[in-house]
Amino acid sequence: MSQMILDWSLFAAQLMLGVGMLATLYRMVRGPRAQDRILALDALYVVGLLLLVTLGIRTGSTIYFELAMLIGLLGFVGTVALAKFLMRGEVIE
Amino acid sequence: MKRLFPYPVLAAALLILWLVLQQSIGLGQILLGGAVAIVVSLAAAAVLPGRVRFRRLFSLLQLVVVAGIDIIRSNIAVLLILINPRAEPSAGFIKMELKLTNQFGLAVLACLLTATPGSAWLEYDGERNTVLIHVLDLIDKDEWIATVRHRYERLLLEIFE
Amino acid sequence: MIDELPLWLAILVSVCVVVGAGLTMAGCLGLVRFPDFYRRIHAPTMGTSMGGGLILLASAIFFSVTQQRLVVHELVIFLFVTVTTPVTLMLLARATLFRDRIEEARDGSADKDK
Repeated sequence: MSQMILDWSLFAAQLMLGVGMLATLYRMVRGPRAQDRILALDALYVVGLLLLVTLGIRTGSTIYFELAMLIGLLGFVGTVALAKFLMRGEVIE
Repeated sequence: MKRLFPYPVLAAALLILWLVLQQSIGLGQILLGGAVAIVVSLAAAAVLPGRVRFRRLFSLLQLVVVAGIDIIRSNIAVLLILINPRAEPSAGFIKMELKLTNQFGLAVLACLLTATPGSAWLEYDGERNTVLIHVLDLIDKDEWIATVRHRYERLLLEIFE
Repeated sequence: MIDELPLWLAILVSVCVVVGAGLTMAGCLGLVRFPDFYRRIHAPTMGTSMGGGLILLASAIFFSVTQQRLVVHELVIFLFVTVTTPVTLMLLARATLFRDRIEEARDGSADKDK
């Protein structure tokens, strides 16, 4: 019974996060400007991270945390580099 | 001792972070984490602009509570705007002057305002000490400025200056 | 590990996960719905503040109960995400202001508020 509640709610949550990912992808493709695309990419990273955390609850394994951390780190560094590039035209000054 | 631990709080926080990430409190992990904490805090000493001094821990606690409440409230507010298809939020820019000059205080204020949905810190002018804020649902400029002053800046002034 | 999940745990974790995912989805839909960049910048913070916080809280509760020890991995992720997202958003906003000002100077249509 309780396993069934958990399974269904995790399914619903993953579905919602998937819809959110599609929304960010739409904004990334449509633009219209570079900063909109980077903003959408940053949001996509965060939603992907959260999707991995829900996957971790579903499978009952803590191995997904490391992946989530890694996505968080890469997303941060990537977005900062892209924002720097927009401002100055180069990443490292 | 002072040369090895220029930032004791930072070093302790790093050690705790290491132990949490390793999920163990064995002697080996404590030694390894301690080594990492010392090296990283020495590296941070070269980068940080100055020492952080927390004046009043009670104000810090108060700030955490206030920020938590405001984040929940503004999440609900932005959600209501989003699910109402006819709502056209009247977004706008606010330029306000700050009394706060401490760099760490400004950093905390910037993160708080940006992390709250509905308001975003855009740009800080260090010479005139003014900041440009963008608000999603701007109704009354003066009310917003007063909110930032009384809810956040007052506490930050107590903590950092 | 324990064999049977208690009902209260399932319900608590379910509510947190569903509400958190809903808030995150709403934030992402805001990216699509809002008409300009400065308004869109407010949308993803819903996912990183409360949405993400609730999902990570659910995960922390779930693993703390099922593994019968305190699991606080999620706290690290939460702190990291809540601190880094404002930083990236501020950088992006400043880059956008910079680009807008260049374009406005070129077109001669200066918006005084910026």
